[in-house]
Amino acid sequence: MSRVYSLYSTSVGKKFTMAVSGAIFVLFVIVHMFGNLKVYLGPEAFNHYAEGLRGFGEPFLGHEWFLWAFRAGLIAALLIHVLAAWQTSRQSWAARGHKYRKRDNLVFHYASRTMRWGGVALFLFIVYHILHLTTGTLHPDFVPGDAYHNFVTGFRSVPVVVIYSVAMIALGLHLYHGTWSAFQTMGVDGPRINRWREPIALGVALIVVLVNLSFPVAVYTGIIH
Amino acid sequence: MRLKLHVWRQASPSDRGGFATYEAEASEHMSFLEMLDVVNEELESKGQEPIAFDSDCREGICGTCGMVINGRPHGPWKRTTVCQLHMREYSDGDEIWIEPWRADGFPIQKDLIVDRSAFDRIVAAGGYISVRTGSAPEANAIPVAREKAEKAMDAAACIGCGACVAACPNASAMLFTSAKAAHLNLLPQGQPERHGRVLNMILTMEAEQFGTCTNHGACENACPKEIKIEVIAMLNRDYLRALLKAG
Repeated sequence: MSRVYSLYSTSVGKKFTMAVSGAIFVLFVIVHMFGNLKVYLGPEAFNHYAEGLRGFGEPFLGHEWFLWAFRAGLIAALLIHVLAAWQTSRQSWAARGHKYRKRDNLVFHYASRTMRWGGVALFLFIVYHILHLTTGTLHPDFVPGDAYHNFVTGFRSVPVVVIYSVAMIALGLHLYHGTWSAFQTMGVDGPRINRWREPIALGVALIVVLVNLSFPVAVYTGIIH
Repeated sequence: MRLKLHVWRQASPSDRGGFATYEAEASEHMSFLEMLDVVNEELESKGQEPIAFDSDCREGICGTCGMVINGRPHGPWKRTTVCQLHMREYSDGDEIWIEPWRADGFPIQKDLIVDRSAFDRIVAAGGYISVRTGSAPEANAIPVAREKAEKAMDAAACIGCGACVAACPNASAMLFTSAKAAHLNLLPQGQPERHGRVLNMILTMEAEQFGTCTNHGACENACPKEIKIEVIAMLNRDYLRALLKAG
C-alpha cells in the first residue's frame, strides 16, 4: 500500500495512473466499436450480440454478473482517471499565477490542448449515451431488449446525430493525444518503438472515430434500417 | 530600424508590475540584448531606472539570459538563446512584447529577472554522483557504449535556462529535471545512486510549485539546446523502477 501511496503522491505517479486507466478506456472503445459493427449484419445478429453481453460467462456466472463486474471496473477506472486529471490540472493552474500577455503555442499538436475541456465534454456525452441507448431514458422510442431497433431509431433524429458527431471529434482528439501520451508517461520509449507511437495513436483515433461515425451515416442514408 | 517595445517592469518581487512602452532605435547588426543595452543607456541618461535583465556569456552557452519575446521563450529562433537572437529578425516598425519567465516556481525579482534557484535545489537533490576526489581517473577505465555516451551528452547539453518551464502550458519543470537525471542515469558512474536520485529529484521538483507534465511538447520546441522529451519518458520509467525497488 505504501508503494501505491508514494506512486500517487507525485504528479509523475498521478500521470501514470491516468495512463493506465486511460489505456483501459482505449481498449474499451476499440472493443465497443467492434461489437457495434455487428449492426451491419442485421437485427438478429446485433440483438444476439447485445443479449450475449448480458449473458457473458454463463453458466459459470449468473445472468449479467460479468456485465456488472465489467461496468464496475470501468467506473473505477473513470474515477481514477478523473481524480488524477483534476488534481494534476489544479497543480498546473496554480503553477502559473500570472499569465503571459502574449502567447505563442509551441505544442506538438492541437489535440493536447483539448484534453481538459474535451474530457469534460466526453464525460457529459457518456452520461447522455447511457441515458440514450442503455437505459432509454432520453430515447423517444425505446424498446427494452431490442437493441437494433433502439440503435436505428435513435439515429433518425438530426440533433442526436449532431451530438454524437461532436462527441466523436472530442473522442478522436482525446484518444490521439491520450494514446500517444500514455506511451510517454509509462516510459514506453526507445528508438524502435518511438517510430510507432504516433502512427498507433493516430490509427486508433481515426479508426474508432470513422467507424463510429459510420453508424449514424448508415442509418441516415438508409444503409441500415 | 525603429521599434516599439512593450516591456514588463516590476520594481521588486512584491510589486504588482506592468508593461511600459519604449521606442527603440536598432541596427540589424545588433543582438537583441545589445538593442536592450542601448535602450538602457538612453533610460539612464534620462535619469530613469534601466530595464533589469539577466545575461552573462552572450554566446549562448551559459543559460543566464532568458525572456519571453512575443510569447516565445528566447524569441523566434530555434536552437537559440536570446543573447544569440539578432535584430535582423525584425524590421522597421515592429512591435515587440518582452516578458519574464512566468511560473510560480520562478518568482520575479525585478523586471525580466526571475529567481531560478528552484533548479539549483532540484540538482542538489540528486543531480550529482558521489566520487572520491583526487587526481583525475584514467579516462578509459570505465567503458561507455557510444550510443549511451551520445545520449548522455545530449541530455547534458541542458544549460538550465528555464525556457522549458516558461514555454510549458503547465509551467512544469519535467524537461529540466529529466535532462539532469538522464545525463547521469545513462552512464555507469550514475548507476549506484540512480533510484535515490530519481526519487529525490522528483520530490524536490514537486515541492517547488511547478506544474505537471501533460506531454504538450512545448518544452522541446522552446529548448535552445534541443533536449528531447524522450528524457521525460526515461524519468517516468526510472520513477516506477525506483518505487518498485524502494518498497
